[in-house]
Amino acid sequence: MTATTPLTPVAGTVAAAARRGRRPRGLLLLAPALVMLLVFFAYPVADIVWRAFSEPHLGLQNLRDVFADPVTLRVLTRTVVTAFGVATLTLVLAYPYAHLMTVVSPRWRAVLMALVLLPFWTSLMARNFAWIVLLQDGGPLAKLTGLLGLGEKPLLGTAVGVALGMVQVLLPYMVLPLYSAMSGIDRRLLSAAASLGAPRRTVFGRIYLPLSMPGVVAGYTLVFVLALGFYITPRLLGSPQQSLIAQVIGTKVEKLLDFGGAGALSLVLLALTGLLLLAVSRVARPASMLGLKEED
Amino acid sequence: MTRTAHDKGGAAVHLTELTKRYGNAPAAVDAVNLEIAAGEFMTLLGPSGSGKTTTLSMIAGFTRATSGRIEVGGHDVAGLPPYKRDLGVVFQHYALFPHMTAAQNIAFPLKQRKVGKAEIAARVADALDLVHLGGMGDRLPRQLSGGQQQRVALARAVVFNPRVLLMDEPLGALDKKLREQLQGEIARMHRDLGITFVFVTHDQEEALALSDRIAVFNEGRIEQVGTAADLYERPETLFVARFLGESNVLTGTMTDPSTLEGHGFRVAVPRTGASGGPSGPASRTASVVIRPERLTVLPADARIPAGHNALRGTVSGLTYLGAHSTVTVELDCGERATVREPAAARSEISAGAPVQLTRPIAHGVLVSG
Repeated sequence: MTATTPLTPVAGTVAAAARRGRRPRGLLLLAPALVMLLVFFAYPVADIVWRAFSEPHLGLQNLRDVFADPVTLRVLTRTVVTAFGVATLTLVLAYPYAHLMTVVSPRWRAVLMALVLLPFWTSLMARNFAWIVLLQDGGPLAKLTGLLGLGEKPLLGTAVGVALGMVQVLLPYMVLPLYSAMSGIDRRLLSAAASLGAPRRTVFGRIYLPLSMPGVVAGYTLVFVLALGFYITPRLLGSPQQSLIAQVIGTKVEKLLDFGGAGALSLVLLALTGLLLLAVSRVARPASMLGLKEED
Repeated sequence: MTRTAHDKGGAAVHLTELTKRYGNAPAAVDAVNLEIAAGEFMTLLGPSGSGKTTTLSMIAGFTRATSGRIEVGGHDVAGLPPYKRDLGVVFQHYALFPHMTAAQNIAFPLKQRKVGKAEIAARVADALDLVHLGGMGDRLPRQLSGGQQQRVALARAVVFNPRVLLMDEPLGALDKKLREQLQGEIARMHRDLGITFVFVTHDQEEALALSDRIAVFNEGRIEQVGTAADLYERPETLFVARFLGESNVLTGTMTDPSTLEGHGFRVAVPRTGASGGPSGPASRTASVVIRPERLTVLPADARIPAGHNALRGTVSGLTYLGAHSTVTVELDCGERATVREPAAARSEISAGAPVQLTRPIAHGVLVSG
């Protein structure tokens, strides 16, 4: 791979300096970010973990409650299933879109890129309220299902409605790593495969798809992990009966003041995410998971 | 690789009025006609943007021709997608599949042809041996050097016994030493396989070293097709004369069928010019092309041998290059001429010395324009 990411030289310098046992100058550049992370990320996480094991009194009872409570387990399962569903649907929508971005003219590519990034520039609340309008009973989507002969299905407050909203919000996180991986695929490889006797579907299956896999893994992981902890969209578009784990954590903190229970649930969510990332890092390189290209 | 019964030998490639246009721009390839014989090593030579690569790309099927015919082995393939053309293609930047080992790369075309597993293994091993990479089959492309990668690409392009091998500047990305080494291997492969090679390059030395015949491209058209000697000794156009090797060019007007006159010079030229030479009205503009090694430097007072032309000038530079020396002469008519002579210390030739340049009239090619 020829492309060098801005991150690589810095990381390389730090690593090289660390190997030589000298104080790495690069660390100084990282200091502001490190301090920020320590104060606003590491400390709160540590606090949550501590509360999970210490409130109301020291012990493992909070964790035990998570796994003993059938409702919590059902919510956990629903959260994981929803995250899988959302990530899969996002991938199905994003793959052809990202591919299209690599084959059109630069002008159209800019348009497609802007369409992907538009949601990033729009307030999350605005988008969620827009979805409420779209999904409500008698709204445009309900009319559409009616026209399709499915009957006017209620969407707001259902898992389908939540998934639709989440897919839309998370789409950019899938499109960008996919586009990054696909734009790095040498088109001549496709010509070469064709010249060697491969019809289009074989060129796709044997060459294009495997070479775009780093993007697929990166996007899927990103969307899955984000979907696991989604809060606002399921809260606004879903219903308490269909709540996901983040809502349950919110309820425990806000309504029940059960900081220990909330901490334990957060811990389970964190562990789940960590395990997934660990599993993925076994099959993909860390840099490619972030959609970055690596030098060999 | 051993030649076996299923080998088909080379196929002839005929291009008829082949044209490629992009929008309203001048045609990238403009009504090209070219007959490549079965088993021939044909080089498409030209500067970048001359249409040689586009022509190759149309033969391979990557670029759709705007009009014209492409016949391979007597069949028009212009309408076929690349994967049905059964042609081997080697790219400048190797185009090896980075996620497959060398052996898997070479096996790829065989798998597409539903060849049995055992036979694939045997033919892949043969192909690796053919390019001297035996035992390296399990390496990934990024674990191989540039030269090795191009060998794998060569093996992959011929393992399925195509009847034609197309090569697009295959040595362009390699350094000089490797390039010469691989040139030798490509020549050997051409001899051993007996298939038709179509080779694109902008490097005239490469073209001269490898080809049976060379087609010189310029601005989307073929200027001349011929053997290396044809093109060097008997260029038909000024472009060919200038593109292949060094040449001294005098441009003037034909005052009679054997005399060319210009500013401050008058030279006799061979009456029988090359086929591209001027014919018709005697006053036509023409150029005479003289290769540096065909000129001799004589002292200003020397007698001109019979059947020779002479031009007067002053030596402006002398470079000793071992086997030969190069003498630069400012001619009285204002042109500058380069002479290549066998190296021998000659006291009468030194910078600033007045000299005569002579050449046998028969040596020198008249071209139009």
